[in-house]
Amino acid sequence: MRLIVEHTTVYTYDQPVRAVVQSHRLTPSRCDSQLVESWDVAVSNGIKGGGFRDGAGDWVQGWSVNGPVSRVEVTVTGVVVTNDTAGVLRGLRESVPALAWLDETAPTRPDAALRALAEGAGDGESLALAHALSAAVAEAIAYRPGSTHAHTTAAEALALGEGVCQDHAHALIAAARIRDLPARYVSGYLFADTGGKPHEAAHAWAEIWIEGLGWIGFDPANGCCPDERYIRLGCGMDAQGAAPIRGIARGHGAESMEIAVAVAAAQQ
Amino acid sequence: MSTYFNEMKSGGNVRLPYASLQDWVEAMPAALRNLKQAEAEALFRRIGITFAVYGEGGDPDRLIPFDMFPRVFTAMEWHRLERGIKQRARALNAFLCDIYDRGEIVRAGRIPARLVYLNEAYEKAVAGFRPPKNVFSHIVGIDLVRTGPDEFFVLEDNCRTPSGVSYMLENREIMMRMFPDLFRTNRIEPVDHYPELLRRTLASVAPQKCDRDPNVVILTPGHFNSAYYEHSFLADMMGVELVEGQDLFVEGEFVWMRTTEGPRKVDVIYRRIDDAFLDPLCFRPDSMLGVPGLMDVYRSGGVSICSAPGAGVADDKAVYTFVPEMVRFYLGEEPILQNVPTWQCAKADDCKYVLENLGDLVVKEVHGSGGYGMLVGPKSTKEQIESFRAKIEEDPDNYIAQPTLALSTVPSFVEEGVAPRHVDLRPYCLVGERIDLVPGGLTRVALREGSLVVNSSQGGGVKDTWVLAE
Amino acid sequence: MLSRTADNLFWLARYMERAETAARLLDVGARIALLPNAGHGYRNEWDALLSAGGTRGAFAAKYGEPVQRNIESHLFFDHDNPSSVATCITRARENGRIVRTALTTQVWDALNTAFQELRQIERTPRSEQSLNQLTEWTMRHAAMVRGAIDATLLRNDGWDFLNLGYFVERADNTARLLDVKYYVLLPGVEFVGSGLDNYQWRTLLRALGLHRAFHWAYGGEVTATKIAHFLILNPQSPRSLITCAEGLNTHMARLARAYRKSTDAQKNALNLLARIAETRTDDIFDDGLHEFLTSFIDEVGALSLSIHDSYLSGDAR
Repeated sequence: MRLIVEHTTVYTYDQPVRAVVQSHRLTPSRCDSQLVESWDVAVSNGIKGGGFRDGAGDWVQGWSVNGPVSRVEVTVTGVVVTNDTAGVLRGLRESVPALAWLDETAPTRPDAALRALAEGAGDGESLALAHALSAAVAEAIAYRPGSTHAHTTAAEALALGEGVCQDHAHALIAAARIRDLPARYVSGYLFADTGGKPHEAAHAWAEIWIEGLGWIGFDPANGCCPDERYIRLGCGMDAQGAAPIRGIARGHGAESMEIAVAVAAAQQ
Repeated sequence: MSTYFNEMKSGGNVRLPYASLQDWVEAMPAALRNLKQAEAEALFRRIGITFAVYGEGGDPDRLIPFDMFPRVFTAMEWHRLERGIKQRARALNAFLCDIYDRGEIVRAGRIPARLVYLNEAYEKAVAGFRPPKNVFSHIVGIDLVRTGPDEFFVLEDNCRTPSGVSYMLENREIMMRMFPDLFRTNRIEPVDHYPELLRRTLASVAPQKCDRDPNVVILTPGHFNSAYYEHSFLADMMGVELVEGQDLFVEGEFVWMRTTEGPRKVDVIYRRIDDAFLDPLCFRPDSMLGVPGLMDVYRSGGVSICSAPGAGVADDKAVYTFVPEMVRFYLGEEPILQNVPTWQCAKADDCKYVLENLGDLVVKEVHGSGGYGMLVGPKSTKEQIESFRAKIEEDPDNYIAQPTLALSTVPSFVEEGVAPRHVDLRPYCLVGERIDLVPGGLTRVALREGSLVVNSSQGGGVKDTWVLAE
Repeated sequence: MLSRTADNLFWLARYMERAETAARLLDVGARIALLPNAGHGYRNEWDALLSAGGTRGAFAAKYGEPVQRNIESHLFFDHDNPSSVATCITRARENGRIVRTALTTQVWDALNTAFQELRQIERTPRSEQSLNQLTEWTMRHAAMVRGAIDATLLRNDGWDFLNLGYFVERADNTARLLDVKYYVLLPGVEFVGSGLDNYQWRTLLRALGLHRAFHWAYGGEVTATKIAHFLILNPQSPRSLITCAEGLNTHMARLARAYRKSTDAQKNALNLLARIAETRTDDIFDDGLHEFLTSFIDEVGALSLSIHDSYLSGDAR
């Protein structure tokens, strides 16, 4: 598919701040499932900082904005040609060994319920187990926007029984790690035609390491593996680690944020 | 006491390096000694070299006791130590470069993958990055103990930001001021060029994007930190700025410091804060000590951080056991300095042995430091041993054990006069474009009679450490 | 230099100057308490002095009666009082410790010795130390720090920031003390007859440590005009407002030269000096002493703020 992305994030501060510093994971990964035709990231009044490819293969780009400033707008526009690799991540060069993704973090820390969910997913070989875990998470956590927030942990979402894609991904990562499968959080975009289920165009899912195959994407929120509707931006131990934009403002202004994302399919 | 190696006297004879000290101490009446001791203390207090221990409360301006009786090495003894220390520092850096790159040592099965990649100190954020000159740990502090004339063991490695070097320098200053005669009669190698060597080492690892004489700074957590004196002392001796996180900011591709004349670019940061606090955008988001965006600048070659984030994997107490293996693997050499035999409670067999022999062993937390969370079996009560047993059984992975070493003793000034006290040694090896080691180090002494714990937080003191010229 | 270092130096100086002011107030306060007509008269004097330091309310709340022991506690020992000698010495030393590398050994030694001795004093029973000892101790150490700064410190920008701190604090302290007593100097008082009330003006001069200097400078009968001139317009007087304004300008000009850049702070300092230099005592009394002092205090405050913005905040480009 040829996907057109328009993604705008606006930060506003109720009093001007002295400066803003951001770290972006906003560039599509270099992997076999996607080819970037054009891609542009702009930050209003921003000074482009250092950029580098990190150990997980993602492009990280620093930005800074000098104050006093009370509004920062990050605009992403681009066209990506995608194809379906059945969820298998191929062609991404990374230097972090899979094993390192077994560690737990605060949002993915297991509790008894997560353990029970993970242990209840059968004894299949790794790939079957991963599918079973993804299905179990999808069943245990119903998609309901607004029921959770940015800092909800996997354990909390599971107890609540509802959440959004971030919660699904966290729960799946936690469950996979319990079963000794390295797992990580992936952020990106999702195209969905109007007939589909409700969705978030800025999307997140999980990748699980299957020995012999490599990293495989699982999207419990949509009950599938990523295909040509998905654009992969970057990954991390959890939502915070994989966040497309991380930033800090220096000053006393309270921050509010508005996001608008549109992913459209171009005429081929 | 006779089972311990006394560095001054063996078999009733005074060993050669201490010969002149015998006369010195005999010629010093108690009254003069007390006077000198008071003078030394006043000097230390006046220069403000004090040490505060975290969590202990009490006097924040407490002095570490200074014992005027020096510790002495011959040129021969030092020569061997120096080779061993430099060898180890090279191997540790080679290991760090490797594990953040291809991880050949893991692939070769010489060290367990989990120990490395699931280590708390392993930083994904550094994976795939080659720091300038391939150096991760620029100041390697290696803690050594001695058990006999030629027997030295490495107790632990410190690859992050080993502290205490200001004591090495100040101890010497004060000894030279108080006992100039000793320095006239003995030919003692100087140590006062350490700050210049450190500055040169740091400047030699300037980042890729630096195209001029690099601006080096020391980053401190602030003046409330127990080692603040040392930070400011080193900055002063090197002639570089001592900055806090709030003094630095990221703009564009570089890190800048706020000066009265406007922003000034910073090229090399000798940081004395932990990885977790370096950059709230990359590590702990709540950190107020660090610089937002620092890691992006670092990884894109705009600034150097010393020691490199993630260097702590190499000084982990469980990784320690594999350092001799690193020496063989990377350097193709046999280790000159030996490790202390170590049992890892994470291994079932080792753990069983440890639990059966708690009374004879020293047990430490894997990530602990400063002599806290430690059991010295032979010096502990039954209750202490039993409570430690429970801790180990609950979380065996968190503990390692070592035999109680017969640490050597050096005569020390105590209430009753002169008596042997146990010592260790921390030399500071500098790794940059070249590897340097000043002839000396910090000798810590357990001033309580019979005590084997030399940590300043546990009643330890310090001594001047001499290396005699050939 | 690092903006934060400059900030620490600036405040180190301000605290040392403030410590000295506290000691002088203490001296005066104790003297008043010794006056035979101990009644409402001295009580008012005492309130006035506390007002000058801005701690009258805090004192009343914590101590109530202005008896000597309370005065001593408040002005010397009380760490809750931001202007007490103990607070100022401790903070000056802490600022010094933070920027240890920007000081010479002598300056640090002077600061640290003052701090160490202060701790000693705090541990000594109060009955064993006289008030004279306390005030003299403070003056001595303030002078030692000042002397070490003048004698040993490199004449670089750090030296300028220290001096700016001293002069800002001194200008503020002199103006406030003067303002609290301004009614003593109202011309009307002179017409009443026998000149100024003896102990009132003496108190004022003593609070500024200038009672002997005044006689050397003027001699003869004490008049309101002479005192106002001495404390505001006489460049010979070490604490006069014009001396402070000149000092501020000297160091601002040095900074501008060293940095090859002039700032708002420098402009403000120039304006301050220009205004005082053009003023005559008659003008001050015609327009109102209190009004003059109030606007001066505001200007010094604005100047201090612009020093912060131009140099100490680290935000200037």
